[in-house]
Amino acid sequence: MGDDGAGHLNAPEWQLPLRRSGPGCYEVALSAENRELLRTLPAQLSAAIAADPKDAVFRRLFPPAYANDEMAEQEYRRLVGPELDQGRTLAFETLSKTADATELSEEELDAWVRALNDIRLWLGTLLDVSEDQTDDDPDDPPHLLYHLLTEIQGLAVEALLGDE
Amino acid sequence: MASAAPVEVKEPERSEMTDLARPWKVIVWNDPVNLMSYVTFVLQKLFGYSKEKAHKLMMDVHTKGKAVVSGGSRERSELDVFRLHEHGLWATMEQDT
Repeated sequence: MGDDGAGHLNAPEWQLPLRRSGPGCYEVALSAENRELLRTLPAQLSAAIAADPKDAVFRRLFPPAYANDEMAEQEYRRLVGPELDQGRTLAFETLSKTADATELSEEELDAWVRALNDIRLWLGTLLDVSEDQTDDDPDDPPHLLYHLLTEIQGLAVEALLGDE
Repeated sequence: MASAAPVEVKEPERSEMTDLARPWKVIVWNDPVNLMSYVTFVLQKLFGYSKEKAHKLMMDVHTKGKAVVSGGSRERSELDVFRLHEHGLWATMEQDT
């Protein structure tokens, strides 16, 4: 598994750019640049999925339920495929539409977390990231983007987990 | 009028019947992208597991490569796999041997 984005996690809680501000309520103070990324990345991933439904990214985003039973797998795919697509699309739309929000509901932040996970699965597969390399990672723009999204997703998950 | 020939009903083989009854297990596999905190979060959210139980299962996935996170009937297991797939976790299901 990946390391949690820990860059900001040592900061006092009130300085976190994404944190719980009350019951079911979350405060977002990300930079305009980061918000622009969150607004535009979902559409890029949707286009990539549509362009090549056979490649490694697609397989990671739609893993098989039945690894050793092709017939059962086809039936599973037929049953749930459209719903998986729809859920993904809804989460992407929520992330794009609320990228500029300063306050999010629990439902919205939950959509952020799922959409960010899909985008990281996409980038991570393209970059062939492994869980062992962190210090040796190249610092080219795609890797930096991957780590930025890791950090934002990590903060969002911590904020949601903090509710209990 | 000829009497109707007895209808032959093919009874399922015993092994098929026990096959149907054998429970399924839902497995989550390790992958390098999903965050440890995210996997814990998803297991708590979907299955209502305590923080401790979700954390232990996540650590099993992380250190052993996989963990059985739920199971039961085929329908129930398929629904659980679907919900895990909705959250981007690498989940499969198989029948107990």
